[in-house]
Amino acid sequence: MAILVYTENWDGAFKKVSFELISFASKLAEVMGDTVTALSIGQVPENELSRLGNYGAHKILKVESEDLTVVDNQVYTKIIAEAASKEDAKVVLLAHNNVGKALAPRIAVRLKAGIGSGLTGLPENLDPFITSKKIFSGKAGSAIEIKTPVKVLTLSQNSFEVTENKLDSKIETFVPEAPTKGVTSRLNMEKQSGKIILTDADVVVSAGRGMKSPDNWGPIEELADLLGAATACSRPVSDEGWRPHNEHTGQTGKIIAPNLYFAFGISGAIQHLAGVSSSKCIVAVNTDPDAPIFEAADYGIVGDAMKVLPELISAIRQVKS
Amino acid sequence: MKILVCLGHVPDTTTKVKFVENSTKFDQTGVQWVINPWDELALTRALEIKEDTGNPVNSVTVITVGDISVEPTIRKALAIGADNGIRIDMQPADSGVVAAQIAEVIKSDPYDLILCGIESSDYNGAAVGGMLAEHLDYPSVSAVSSIKYEGDTLELNREFDGGFETFTCPTPFVAVVQKGITKEPRIPAMRGIMMARKKPLAVVNPINSEVLTEFLKFTLPEAKPPCKMVDPENVGELVNLLRNEAKVL
Repeated sequence: MAILVYTENWDGAFKKVSFELISFASKLAEVMGDTVTALSIGQVPENELSRLGNYGAHKILKVESEDLTVVDNQVYTKIIAEAASKEDAKVVLLAHNNVGKALAPRIAVRLKAGIGSGLTGLPENLDPFITSKKIFSGKAGSAIEIKTPVKVLTLSQNSFEVTENKLDSKIETFVPEAPTKGVTSRLNMEKQSGKIILTDADVVVSAGRGMKSPDNWGPIEELADLLGAATACSRPVSDEGWRPHNEHTGQTGKIIAPNLYFAFGISGAIQHLAGVSSSKCIVAVNTDPDAPIFEAADYGIVGDAMKVLPELISAIRQVKS
Repeated sequence: MKILVCLGHVPDTTTKVKFVENSTKFDQTGVQWVINPWDELALTRALEIKEDTGNPVNSVTVITVGDISVEPTIRKALAIGADNGIRIDMQPADSGVVAAQIAEVIKSDPYDLILCGIESSDYNGAAVGGMLAEHLDYPSVSAVSSIKYEGDTLELNREFDGGFETFTCPTPFVAVVQKGITKEPRIPAMRGIMMARKKPLAVVNPINSEVLTEFLKFTLPEAKPPCKMVDPENVGELVNLLRNEAKVL
């Protein structure tokens, strides 16, 4: 028996979340008495594949084919489900990101498995299998029982620490019976080069309507560059077209959980807080001392973001140098 | 081209979440129910596509799994502009049941394009669209933030962590949509509300479907310690706290 982990790569390098997944699976395998099999799809160099062994993968299956550069949900589902059957996997684990959310439900139906999505930690109990997840976009938590022998789980990003557990793992080529060519066709791809991915970022610098104009985003971007952070925004700002939709964090936008979240000129509507409340540390800067953001924040400054930002940037520059 | 939009019936996003019966049930007292925000965006986009003359769209149907209490949500969708509605008459236990029930309806009366929101704002399962596609063995494209006709082919934009991809997909297929698919959800107008009363709303009996997961208990997050305020004249102190106390910088 095994825990099968789909480890996602980007241009041949594994995403940070893939190591979080292996670390999670390794701990789960320990209590379940199972082993961990990582499944990599696409072209990943051997030395990168072997890194999965550093965090507790016993076996690494690689599926390589030119066709698989593009994620076709049907094709990927069949390959992952086939690998799960071959490994006699009782748990199939994916990231709770766009790819995981697309594949996990399909895999669950294919394997007649119950699904636990967006988990934030190890299961509370193994038999019955009870796991916990946040609901109402973080406004509440819940315990869910998954009643099927095979379980499909998705793990929230940045919720499980990457832990070293070096194993002498072996890499095997897996040739699935399922066809590698799907029916969807990709016409075009746009990479946001040089930008830190919002859902992957350890630090996020976010701003709202308190910035008064889209022309005032300079210092936000400067601070983000300085900290190696991603930029984000509140809903009104993306609705106004001041910032792109993919920066909107909140209940109906992106749900994020960075280590450090800066909110400049964001009042903190309940929907915004729902998307960021899992952040480990929240810093709020707002002119209104009664803004609800201060209830969610760890540190706050009542003041004008446009005045605070340059001072903050120079203070950080000072400690960095 | 027939479009089906799957609608979730959820508490308004401003709802103060509470639980009753020893924290095993969601407290519905005083709750305002609305169309799940992403499904509302999907419906709005479906109507925009249909109204753009030249697009080969004949109808937009909405479907919801729920007892009679969800009918106002379906009527609202009809008032916004959907042509007809379907209600599968049962209280669904989880997303697996919802997907299995809707798949059964589609098998007997197929659609070319099926739109689902990426998740529901209550239980955040993010599962129905993908499950539905797998039950039907249809292709699916997820995290879709734009859908439009180029000639007579639908083009979809999919967001991935770090960029966008443009796809085409042969019909029938399931598109799981997110923020950006349209600017703002449509609000019903008076005329729409009047017309909605006369639009067909079919009630369908459920099939037997297995319940694979169960919510056992709910919890509310613990209260956070109060926010530590820093003097705006002393921003350096904030940097000090973030480095030495919170250890996040």
